[in-house]
Amino acid sequence: MKIIEKPPDPSTARYDQIIPAGEPWIHEIIKGQHLRIIDVEGNQAADTLFFNADDYADRYSAQDTIRTQANIYLTTGTKLISSKGNVLLTIVADTCGRHDTLGGACSMESNMVRYAIEKRHMHACRQSFVKAALAWGRGLEKRDLAPNINFFMNVPVTPHGGLTFRDGVSGPGKYVELRAEIDVLALISNCPQLNNPCNAYNPTPIRVLIWDPKHG
Amino acid sequence: MFDEILQPGATWSHVLKRGTALRITDIDGGLNVGAVFYNWENPTERYNMPDTLKAQHTAHLTSGHVLYSDMGRVLCSITADIVGWHDPLSGCSNAALVAQKYGHAGYQEHRNEYYKNPYDGFAIELAKYGLSVRDMAAPINFFSKVVVEDGGNMHFVSRHSRAGMYVDLRAEMNVLTILNTCQHPLDPNPKYDPRRAHVSISKVSAPLPDDRCRMSRPENERGFVLTERYFE
Repeated sequence: MKIIEKPPDPSTARYDQIIPAGEPWIHEIIKGQHLRIIDVEGNQAADTLFFNADDYADRYSAQDTIRTQANIYLTTGTKLISSKGNVLLTIVADTCGRHDTLGGACSMESNMVRYAIEKRHMHACRQSFVKAALAWGRGLEKRDLAPNINFFMNVPVTPHGGLTFRDGVSGPGKYVELRAEIDVLALISNCPQLNNPCNAYNPTPIRVLIWDPKHG
Repeated sequence: MFDEILQPGATWSHVLKRGTALRITDIDGGLNVGAVFYNWENPTERYNMPDTLKAQHTAHLTSGHVLYSDMGRVLCSITADIVGWHDPLSGCSNAALVAQKYGHAGYQEHRNEYYKNPYDGFAIELAKYGLSVRDMAAPINFFSKVVVEDGGNMHFVSRHSRAGMYVDLRAEMNVLTILNTCQHPLDPNPKYDPRRAHVSISKVSAPLPDDRCRMSRPENERGFVLTERYFE
């Protein structure tokens, strides 16, 4: 657990919204604003993408982010690097400890591979991503959906190159807070996955708050 | 069917047909080959790094593994691999990173030895097929090894691949394959020193029901079933 800034008071936020499990959220964050994502009830994955608000082809890159910091976990101090090498946001506070960016977002198709072909019907993050992208318009579509961040999710990698989905690093009220370094578009899917422990088999709401720079 | 030498820093592409296989061989040792893959018939379906890793519970790639598209299908299977570890995590350098690391060498002075970077290489090649950087998949770095230590630190293993080592990719769909022989972005060598690759393409028989990649885990068996359904 590592917090490097005094957390702002939620009552001073300019924006405060609950995202139920299984719902997407898309919103612009202006340079200097702080975005806080709260794991309200604990163990809930918040699948998140960011785009440069002026150029959607310049988007969050999991690979560039982890390579730049030479560490696969995201936490306080992590700069979220875009596909064109820009810093989109910085994680300025994190009461969870670490977040995943290798596990990606669940989809109907990946659920069929991972669990059973009969799971096709089950709701999935990439359904939410596509739905929100199409609703947002402005040219955003499926091809723009690159590997995402899974806030509050634990996907450890071993020195032998193994990777597993595990429960257990987040908890009720834990949060991550990011400062936008340029204007960005945030796209979140509050994960509906029921087939693995990423949501403790019980998807729950998350809460997002935005502060203007003067409160940061 | 044919073979070709990829010069250092070069980008190469080919629509690898279902029923053929691509062998990539390290000619000189110390090779890195960045690679992205697309379903040629519908390129919005493409290699998906997270789906590939989580379906097979792996953070590295070797024989027995397959490369998944975002649609739950198998683009390619790794049917043979002498190298033992290929890196799916680290992405690729761009022009700024190459300039920062190696300096600048332009075409005017250096002709075809000019310094190239994989991001631009992929972007230009994608454009030839009507695609753009929006379509960039998270690339694999074949022939390179990056170990993730406890705590998450990434460690590049130098001199991982040696001369003569190869990896075989069997196409399970018709796969637009784009390769680039620039250095790995975490390669600590301060010198611009990309290596050559040899690529060869041959006809191969369809995977049998007991195929090693198919049977390596239940996820892959379902991945093969979904891929077969696509062609039925």
